[in-house]
Amino acid sequence: MAFEVVADSLGAQAKDSSKTVANIAVRRRRETIFKICGLLATSFGLITLALLLIDLAAAGFPRLSWDFFTNFPSRRASQAGILSAWVGSLLVILTTASIGVPLGVGAGIYLEEYGRRNWLTSIIEINITNLAGVPSIVFGLLALGLFVYGLGTGRSIFTAGLTLALLILPIIVVATREAIRAVPAALREAAYGIGCTKWQVTRDHVLPASLPGILTGVIIGISRALGETAPLITIGALTFIAFLPDSPISSEFPFVSFSWLFDGFTVLPIQAFNWISRPGSDFHANAAAAGIVLLAITLGLNAIAIYARYKLRKKLQW
Amino acid sequence: MTAMSSVSIKTTIAAKPEFKFGKNKVSANNVNVFYGDKHALKDVTVNIPEKAVMAFIGPSGCGKSTFLRCLNRMNDTIPIAKVTGKVEIDNQDIYDKALDVVQLRARVGMVFQKPNPFPKSIYENIAYGPKIHGLAASKSDLNEIVEASLKKAGLWDEVKDRLSDSGTGLSGGQQQRLCIARAIAVSPEIILMDEPCSALDPIATARIEELIDELRENFTIVIVTHSMQQAARVSQRTAFFHLGVLVEEGTTDTIFTNPNDSRTQDYITGRFG
Repeated sequence: MAFEVVADSLGAQAKDSSKTVANIAVRRRRETIFKICGLLATSFGLITLALLLIDLAAAGFPRLSWDFFTNFPSRRASQAGILSAWVGSLLVILTTASIGVPLGVGAGIYLEEYGRRNWLTSIIEINITNLAGVPSIVFGLLALGLFVYGLGTGRSIFTAGLTLALLILPIIVVATREAIRAVPAALREAAYGIGCTKWQVTRDHVLPASLPGILTGVIIGISRALGETAPLITIGALTFIAFLPDSPISSEFPFVSFSWLFDGFTVLPIQAFNWISRPGSDFHANAAAAGIVLLAITLGLNAIAIYARYKLRKKLQW
Repeated sequence: MTAMSSVSIKTTIAAKPEFKFGKNKVSANNVNVFYGDKHALKDVTVNIPEKAVMAFIGPSGCGKSTFLRCLNRMNDTIPIAKVTGKVEIDNQDIYDKALDVVQLRARVGMVFQKPNPFPKSIYENIAYGPKIHGLAASKSDLNEIVEASLKKAGLWDEVKDRLSDSGTGLSGGQQQRLCIARAIAVSPEIILMDEPCSALDPIATARIEELIDELRENFTIVIVTHSMQQAARVSQRTAFFHLGVLVEEGTTDTIFTNPNDSRTQDYITGRFG
């Protein structure tokens, strides 16, 4: 009896099967169309990027030589180099990171672990999110008014570092908070359960577990700062600079010097911009070469970050 | 079916010798807990005897875990939770402003539902607690604590050759015993267990239950459990919670064989829950 009922219902389904097959064919066709659209969308970006890189390499590669790295800019394109630019970029980024990372990570930890949920933290939260969307030129204007004229820090590496630190602060804060929020509640409970203070929970358990995520945010921020031009031009970065900042190492006690912080500077993207705005293809080749160096530094930083993240994750032993 | 399990529970209890209770370790008076607007625990008054196992049973959401978390002030970590009433351990009010919650949690250890070892080595998992509380004067002291704790938790023989391996690489049952060892390592007086076997298979569960039985020699144990059989097997006293109210409390024997309240009777015979 029961078997017949089952067979019957199968027969009823069989009647509709031609309709079902047609329906499936339509669905499959839609899927294929979507796949092609997706592929086109993906390849558009990739192909453009590849063309750009090839163009850049073709134009700039012949200019890359040892002299290019060790020469100051010059009126003669063939003798011009990026020494002051890459040293400037390096020092500015160093300053940016030393200011931006502790502030950003600290703020993220506070907001996530210590700050009570009230209107004040809500306002801070909204502001940080908005800050991430503020155009960089606005940060430049702020820095010009506040740091250069207000605090008198001058058109210096210090001002540049401070400005870029502000610029990347929201990126680091948001990444830190996300990373901390992703730490499982069970881990916190375990730590509280054996009598950790809040700071011990944060330092010994939450931070190690969220370090990979925080690091990703820091690197994204630093890569962004490395390529920034607008705010640095606003605060008065120089475009033609034939000297290096003071050495950070001195021969007298205490052997380190921070006077470089208040020297004038230029950075790679500004140098490239300067060259590209000149007439003559010689200087354009220089700009392309500087672009390659900038790109290499950014990719190198990313590679370091990915490697460090991989190492840290492994150490965590989840 | 329900009659059968009820019988088997009775026989488990009958096999045990008479238990002599010591003095009360914990006494709670009119404890209420609110999560925001929700009144999760209503006027709970109960005494917990020292060096014995007390089980909290009841259906999901009845407040048994909430009450357990009052005993080491774990509810403090939930911003919307509010606790009223009085909880005393050795006649000392643990909600007193002068009392340090960190010190309290060193005295009242906790084992959680899902094994949650730190993502560190087995050794570090145990050593971390004694380190932060300054219990070990030297490296050899620390080694001794680690070994003793793992031995008490019945895990030493299984892990002694791989103390530097990750704690999270152990099996579920081993992880839970590691968590128990971690709690023991700071020499607490009370150990709270929040459904410690609910994520474990029957063999691992049996090992934990044996362990609980051994541990009650030295510790006061409070266990929340979903399984009535488990409560009957490991505990000397049982409290039944329902809808945020402590319905009935007594010796495990009485609760399972001769409960006063009809709700307790219905629950232990499997009519709800």
